[in-house]
This record gives sequence, structure tokens and C-alpha cells, in this order.
Amino acid sequence: MKQSKFWAWVIFGLGAAYFIVPLVATFEFSLKMRRGHYSFDSYASVFSDPAFQATFGYSTLVGLFAILVGVLIVVPAVYFVRLRLPHLRPLMEFVTLLPLIIPAIVLVYGYIRLYNSSSLLPFTGSALGTDILLVFGYVTLALPYMYRAVDTGMRTIDIKTLTEAAQIMGASTATIIARIILPNILVAVLSGAFLTFAIVIGEFTIASLLNRPAFGPYLQNVGANRAYEPSALAIISFIITWGAMGMINVLGRFAPRTSARTD
Amino acid sequence: MTNALATALKPSRRLSLEWLGVAPFVIFAVMFLILPTLYLIGTAFIGRDGQLTLENIGGLFTGQILAAYWISIRISGASAILGALIGLAIALAIIRGRLPAPLRSAVMTFSGVASNFAGVPLAFAFISTLGRLGLVTIILKTLFDIDIYRAGFNILSFWGLTLTYLYFQIPLMVLLIAPAVDGLKKEWSEAAQTLGASTWQFWRYVGLPIIWPSFLGTLSLLFANAFGAIATAYALTGSSLNIVPILLYAQIRGDALQNPGLGAALALGMIAITAFANIVYLVISARAERWMR
Amino acid sequence: MTEDQFLRVDALTKSFGTNQVVKGVSFGFGKGEFISLLGPSGCGKTTILRMIAGFETPTTGTIRVAGEDITHLRPNQRKLGMVFQAYALFPNLTVGDNIGFGLKVAGMGREERRARVEEMLRLIGLPGFEKRYPYEMSGGQQQRVALARAIAPKPRLLLLDEPLSALDAKIRVSLRGEIRAIQQDLGITTVFVTHDQEEAMSISDRIVVMNAGHIEQMGSAHEIYNRPQTRFVATFVGQLNTLPAATFGPDRAIRPELVSLAPRPETDMTLTGTVADVGFLGSVLRLRVDVEGAPISIDTFNGHAPPPQRGDTVTLHLARKDVLALGA
Repeated sequence: MKQSKFWAWVIFGLGAAYFIVPLVATFEFSLKMRRGHYSFDSYASVFSDPAFQATFGYSTLVGLFAILVGVLIVVPAVYFVRLRLPHLRPLMEFVTLLPLIIPAIVLVYGYIRLYNSSSLLPFTGSALGTDILLVFGYVTLALPYMYRAVDTGMRTIDIKTLTEAAQIMGASTATIIARIILPNILVAVLSGAFLTFAIVIGEFTIASLLNRPAFGPYLQNVGANRAYEPSALAIISFIITWGAMGMINVLGRFAPRTSARTD
Repeated sequence: MTNALATALKPSRRLSLEWLGVAPFVIFAVMFLILPTLYLIGTAFIGRDGQLTLENIGGLFTGQILAAYWISIRISGASAILGALIGLAIALAIIRGRLPAPLRSAVMTFSGVASNFAGVPLAFAFISTLGRLGLVTIILKTLFDIDIYRAGFNILSFWGLTLTYLYFQIPLMVLLIAPAVDGLKKEWSEAAQTLGASTWQFWRYVGLPIIWPSFLGTLSLLFANAFGAIATAYALTGSSLNIVPILLYAQIRGDALQNPGLGAALALGMIAITAFANIVYLVISARAERWMR
Repeated sequence: MTEDQFLRVDALTKSFGTNQVVKGVSFGFGKGEFISLLGPSGCGKTTILRMIAGFETPTTGTIRVAGEDITHLRPNQRKLGMVFQAYALFPNLTVGDNIGFGLKVAGMGREERRARVEEMLRLIGLPGFEKRYPYEMSGGQQQRVALARAIAPKPRLLLLDEPLSALDAKIRVSLRGEIRAIQQDLGITTVFVTHDQEEAMSISDRIVVMNAGHIEQMGSAHEIYNRPQTRFVATFVGQLNTLPAATFGPDRAIRPELVSLAPRPETDMTLTGTVADVGFLGSVLRLRVDVEGAPISIDTFNGHAPPPQRGDTVTLHLARKDVLALGA
């Protein structure tokens, strides 16, 4: 037993080194813009770049829409499948796993071919249409995570009993979803939302191939043309991701803990 | 009971409501997940003249494309297998190694962050670390007189890319395997001990066989994860590294190949390989899970 | 005294941080005895069992089996068998492989192992179950397999950690009978941990009653029940009526079955009271009778005579020698 603890520390130590060293190295590199001594010049340079502000703003907006669309299609579907159509569950599990198996680059290639300007649904024919397509692409990328977050949320609150209790008191289905289910799974939905945001904010492949002025392609462009700013951007991205994940952790403490049934 | 009663009372209205709730999801999945994929698969079998053909598939079997698939498979395979093994070791260490509890939640949170810290910024981080002017490269050179680049290392190489991919593969493994490791009951190892089994015997006969299906499932997911990844490689190497996603990217951008059918065939090949990895997993785990309900 | 040396625990203590859960426990038992550690949850009984098994290291004290000091041996060197509350069968192994596990890791050959597994399955009344997986069996069957797994390698000592408490009441009673029968058949020294006093009394040669980390009393079921040495033992083991202090003095009590509605040869005193409640327990009626403000429960057979009604005045008969004086 003593031995297992020793090895546990060794593995933990090696792992920690592998994960922390690149962050330290990146941070150190980002401070070296001014010759001779450390400075935050690279960060100042990044933040004052109008393209940074524009692309970051654009990606944030697209991310928010992706979250909104994701919640609107996932929550009712999970609710009704859990409650009334349980035989559809395996199918739903399978479909929501697909984005993990079909690479994003294949998906976006399909979009470009299927929804080009001469097709029935010419999404890529206009800038707005392409923006919408980008939002939908991000919803697809985040689908596995959003689905699992919402599904876990609904499992812990035992929606069946809640719904039946509400029905006995005469509530309508709309009322039940809006007033009872949603508030109870809010934490789960927000977890899915932050995860979506973390995935979407620096996404490169889809945004680049749809030619949208998003943060991911901007990062790539800076990387190809600048020396110190990329390190600063890597640190900023890491902090953004950390922020999104930190929010999920903080939210987790407010999650309902009435796990009545663990089916 | 309540269920049956409710359905019996208002069957038609309830049914339509259910389908109305599920419809947006179904329509979305068909339009933005299933149709585009099927469309591409179809395109792969249609030639320039609009006729059914195997020409595009045949076009995959040329030197450059085969080489691209091979290096993609090797990088994805290496990063998936190493990531899975190291991730499992870390999960075991933090969950069963009697490390302080706060450490465990710290590792899980960090894994959530690091598994999402992929793409372009990750490439920047590794260039700052192991690039020619990276911190580790320079420290090794100045303090220990070890020039890793002269020794043959290159961040733009197979091992460079694998090492970089591990940064998101390992944490993903930790996150996905942790529930399975958690599911190993303390009593199983205690029972094995009272029966005279060594730690190794417990893992050999009980612990690892129980984790095995989850391990394989996660492994195939890690493989697909690396196989489709492009942003990290592209930001690291530009289009100089010949891996499938970069080849497809160039094809879509119109930089090379200029043959839509061949592009679709490339995509089909990617789906076929990730699907194959998952089918292998399903077959093996179905055999391994005889003892499960 | 020498016959009480097979399992010997001396001055055993265990602290988790500042919390001492076992406070200096000593006992010794002979080969082939069935011993129960009985007490409420948190009394330290499970901790003692886990120290014997080797999962916890005693803070101080020693544990000996057959003269050998095993206090600091690793669990897999102790040659003990253990049955857990939640079966703890290996889910990925068949019943046969579960039972044969200890034999396999000890290096026994395949054929010999198969024969021993078959013998074990016959012993627990599940012949032909080798190829089943644990999930295909009921809780009672799984726990019998767990028992077979524990005794297959012929351990020196069998440890049972509340093995019946996850089972239904009916199976609980029948399985405890089976465990006792197998134990007596094999003559294997057994330590049984339980919080159920009825279970402990029905099955044990000797019982160790524990409370708050120390031993309250040690002895046969008969001694524990009829001559409880502390107030804790008297109240924890069996039912007890506290007698009205005005008549009997303070801290006097009697078992419900020693009070009757009719005189018996040994009874030498009576009490008068009012029936407050009549409970029907099948073959037995349990009356609660109010005597000078003290509620007294009595058990009486459900005979042909119509039972007393609530509010009836009844005369209770008892013998002075049956009155227990509760000490501290």
C-alpha cells in the first residue's frame, strides 16, 4: 500500500511536469518581446490590435448563438425522449456521438458541397447565410457535450416524478418545461453552454473553410506572421478556457443533489 | 401506471406534442450531420462526368495520399495509445493511489481545461516550449549541453506532433476513464487480497478486465479525435506536413488536387478509418462484456 | 486457557486522527469457535475485523492467529477468508472462477482446482452453477458463492462482515442457518460482525458485545441474555421492561417473556395494571400494560381464550429472581 502511494506521486509528478512546463515556457516567451528584460508588450500589442477585438467579438457572438440554438434543440428532445420515447434513446446516443467520429473538416466539406450558392438551400451564397451555417456547424461540434450535460442534468432531478407531480396539480406541458424542468437543469444547461463556448471560441477548421472572420483563423494568421504575440494569445486562450471550465466547476456546487434514481 | 393512464386519456395530443419536441433535434441532425456526410460519401462514387465510378477511390491509392493516410494513422495511433495508457495511469494514481482528495479535483478540473486547449494556441505553446527557440530546447542546450534538434528531434515531425497531441489526449482519457476507475469497488481488491492475490494478480485477473471495455472505447475515441485534428498541425507546420486532414484542407481551399470527387474520397477514407476504429471497439467490447447485464 | 489461544487479540487500539474508535480491546478464542462481534454502528466492531483482515493497521496492540503474530502482515499473507456485506464477487469472472480465484493465485493446477470448486458448489447447494456470472444470480445465491470463495483455499480464519444485512428477511434467516452448518461441518474458526442481536444469538458460540470502542461483555448467548453485566448489554440485547421504582427501587428491569397473565410455579409476586395496547404478532400477543405509570410489555401465547382488551385491568405475575439489577 505504501508502494502504491509512492508510484501515485511519481506518476502525478511526471504528469504535472508535462502539463505545466509548456505553460511556463509559453508565458516566459510571451514576456520577451522587449529585448533585455521581461515586459507585457506582446499583450499590449495583442489587445490594441483591432483585428483581435473584431474577431474575438465575432466568435463570441457566434458562440452565444450556437449555445442558444443548441439549448433550444437539445432540451426538449432530451426531455421527451426521457419521458415518453425511451426507445429513441439509443438512437439519440448514437447520433450525438457522431460528431466525435466524423471529423469537423469532413462535416464542413459536406456543408460547402451541399449548401453552396447554386443549391436549394444556398447558405454559403450570402455572408449572413454563411454566419448561420457557422453557428449550426458549432452546434454540431458541441452536440455531444451539450447532450450529455443536459441528459445528466435530467437524470439527477428525476424528471418523470417531477412531471407527474406537476401534471397531477394541473400544469400544462409548456408550464412544466419552462417553470419546473428548466430551472432545475439550469446548472447542467449552463455547463453545456460554457463547454460549447470553450470549444467554439478558438475553432479554426470550420471558420477558416467558411471564410468567416473568426478568432481561430485570426490566431493562425498571427502565428504565421508574428513572433511573440502568438505566445501571448496562447496564454490568453488558456485563461479563457480555464475561465469557462472554472465556471462549470463553480456552477457544479449549485447543482441539485436529489439524485433519487440513478437509472 | 400513471404513464399508461395519461397516454390512454389523451393519446393523440400527447403524441404530437412529443414529436414536436423531438422534431427540431431530428431535423437538425439530419440536415447538418447526416445529410452532409451521406452526400460526401455519395460524391466519392461519382466521376467528373456524373457517372458512378470507383475512380475516385482508386485515386486514393497513390503514393502521396497513401503516405498521408499512413502518417495520420501512425500519429493518431501513437497519440491515442500513449494518451490512453498515460491517462489511465494518472486516473489510477489520483483515484486509487490515496493521494489527497483536493489533488484529485484539481486534476479533473485541469483535464477539462487541457482537453479543450487544442488547436492553434496549443501549437503556439509547443513552439514556445520545444521549438528551435523554445524554453526547454534552450535550457537543455545551455545547462546540459544537449541539442535535441541536432539529435534529430523536430517539433514538426512525427514525434513532435505526437508529443503535442498528447497535451489534449491524456486529459481527455483522464476525464473519460475516471468513471470506470471509480466503478472499481474497494471490496474487490480487498477480497482479492484476503484470497492471497498480489496487487499485480488483482489487476491482471480483475481490475484491468473490468476497465478493459471502457479503455478500448476511449482509445477509439482518442484515435478519431487525433485523426480529424487539423488546427494544431496546420498552425505548427503550415501545409508542409503531409497528413490527411491537411491534404483535405488544401483540397477544399482549392490549393491542390482540384478534383471534387477525389476530395470526397479523401473524406470518405477518413470516415471509414474512424468508423473502423469504433467497430473494432464495439466487437472487442461486446466480447469482453459478456459478464455485464 | 490454552484452548482460547487460537485467535488472540491483545490491547488493541485504533485511532483515525484524534478519534479513537477502538479503545484497548483484548479477547481470545479457541479453534473452531463461532464468535460474533455485536454492537451498534460505530462501536468499532468492523474496525476490529478489518484489523484482523489486515486492511487497517492497529495503532497499538497485537493480533495472533495460532500463535503467529500477524499484526503487521499484509492481507494477502494472512491466509484468512472474508465475506463482505455487498458480496464483492468479481463481476467479470464466472461463479467457478470466483470460487477458484484464491486457489489459482496460490498456484493450484487446473484439474485440482475444478474438483475443489465442484466440492464447494455442492457444499453451498449450488451444484452446476460454475458457468454462471454473478449478475445472473440472486443476492442470496451470490452471498453463498462469496462464502464458498472465502473458504475454498481452506483459510485459518473466516471473517464475516455483516454478510446478511443486504438480504431479504427470509433469506437472511435461512442463510444464517446454512453458514452455521457449514462452519460446524468444517470446524472453521469464524468471526462474525453484526449489529443484529437476534442474528448474533442464534448463530454464535460466543458473543462479544461492544459499545463505543470497548467490550461491554463477552460470553455465550445464554449468559449475555440472562446475565447482562451492564445496562448497555441489558438494553441492547433483547427487550427489557424497566420496573416501577416505587415498588422495586431504582434500575430494576425484567424481560417481557418472564411476565405472565397467569401464575406459574416460580412466580412469587403480582402487579396490577391497565392494558394500554394489544399487538398481534401471529403466535404471540404483545401487551403493553401500564403499571404505576411504567409501561410494561409482556408476551403471551395466542391461545384460545379471547385476548384482553384495551382498558382492561389485568394482574401480572413474575418471579423476584428474574428481576435484573441494572448496573452502570
